[in-house]
Amino acid sequence: MERKANTSIVLKANVKGPGKFTRVFLTLYDVFEFVARFFREAFLPPYEGKELVRQCFDIGYRSLLLISTTGFITGMVFTKQSRPSLAEFGATSWLPSLVAIALLRTLAPLLTSLIAAGKVGSSIGAELGSMRVTEQIDAMEVSATNPFKFLVTTRVLASTITIPILTFYTALVGMLGALLNVYISEGTSAVAFFQTSLESITFLDIIASTVKAVIFGFTIGIVGCYQGYNSSKGTEGVGKAANSSVVIGMFLIFIEEVISVQFFAMFRS
Amino acid sequence: MQCSDPDPVEQKKTTDTNLEKVITIRNLYKAFGNFEVLKDVNLDLYKGENLVVLGKSGTGKSVLIKILVGLLTCDSGEVIVLKKHVDHITYKELLELRLKVGFSFQNSALYDSMTVAENLKFPLVRNQRKLGKAEVNRSVEEVLDAVGLLATLNQMPSELSGGQRKRVGIARTLILQPEIMLYDEPTAGLDPITCEDINSLINEVQERYHTSSIIITHDLTCAKAVGNRVAILLDGKFERQGTFEEVFNTDDDRVKPFYDYNFIQ
Repeated sequence: MERKANTSIVLKANVKGPGKFTRVFLTLYDVFEFVARFFREAFLPPYEGKELVRQCFDIGYRSLLLISTTGFITGMVFTKQSRPSLAEFGATSWLPSLVAIALLRTLAPLLTSLIAAGKVGSSIGAELGSMRVTEQIDAMEVSATNPFKFLVTTRVLASTITIPILTFYTALVGMLGALLNVYISEGTSAVAFFQTSLESITFLDIIASTVKAVIFGFTIGIVGCYQGYNSSKGTEGVGKAANSSVVIGMFLIFIEEVISVQFFAMFRS
Repeated sequence: MQCSDPDPVEQKKTTDTNLEKVITIRNLYKAFGNFEVLKDVNLDLYKGENLVVLGKSGTGKSVLIKILVGLLTCDSGEVIVLKKHVDHITYKELLELRLKVGFSFQNSALYDSMTVAENLKFPLVRNQRKLGKAEVNRSVEEVLDAVGLLATLNQMPSELSGGQRKRVGIARTLILQPEIMLYDEPTAGLDPITCEDINSLINEVQERYHTSSIIITHDLTCAKAVGNRVAILLDGKFERQGTFEEVFNTDDDRVKPFYDYNFIQ
């Protein structure tokens, strides 16, 4: 399996003067092979359970402070900005519902994923890139161990598992921010606020949010790992790997968001 | 220019070498794009010997040993390691082969997020899953003791000196008890005293673990200290092979500067 992956890289290097078109196809082939290998390695033993737990903790812990701050501020600001529009129609009592729906459907998954793409994606890209250029990945290979399973599979799985958890955490913290604003402005109690909010949330909202977060988490992990695992050209390559992990990760998250909104809208209508 | 096919027994400093070949390379060719690195490489490594491969930077020395462990594939030719054709074996067979071939990297390639002990445990626990915790710890301590670094057990690689990192890198390969050792520039970037220590360690490894080794270097002091046989890579080919004296007893303008730089300047 390892040898096949290397061959494709060699193939890419050996193509004489490949045009842009050929390069795009070779890269797509590489990405496809990388993703396919992830699924193969994820299901086949031996499993790196200890490393997976370590990565989950690392990803969650690393993003917690930033996500808490951003989620709280977003909930508070969103509520404050939405109030005048609703007040025009005398509908300020709808604020908790509006904030809950906005947070759960879009803001929480998107915010969490964008922050994770910046913080976790870049970190994965830089870490694996650095391991590639300092031959640590080669060292794992020559010691008859599987670096893909240890480094890539665990990180992609960890981000796929952790991002949905962080998403619901962001939604909760955002709601607390909104509650603070509503309490200060209207004196609404926490019980009344959460009762109104939860009434407006459907099962489909929770499913849609979870599915989106899983896809975003997988994207962040796979993009970071692909960029880092295949990086080259020394320290410059490490920088590029970290940078493209963020840029490509965020770009794909927005594309996926647009598609998923369209997809879940079909079930709502 | 090539030395006449030397009798391997004659070339040895050691006396316990037999004639069994553990590595055979025939007509090896490797190019990166239009850049031909290895053109027609032929080489044998005999059981129990230390073979030093000399050559200028960028002549493909490291490429050669990376081909031996399947990190790179050759374009044509035959590479047989421990009776296995490296280019024609399955991934599973390659992993089995890699267990028998230790590779010491130029920059040591220690896993910088792990302690020294974890670095050593990493290949061991993944390749010998039946080993108990106590046995793993004993193996780690044993091999670290062999390289004289038992005290660094819980240190991070960043806390070690260059020479210590090299030693730990060698220990990490020794823990799997390989039959063949491949050293990529073992003395590069080290002071002369540490170089001597590393040279002694390479000889100790040969004696204690009965390994056959290929040592890639451009340090002639190292070559003289550890090599039973020397081969010089010139223009993508091994044009001179033999004992240290045989190889450097020449007027070849491509070989003389090596000797002059190391021993005259």
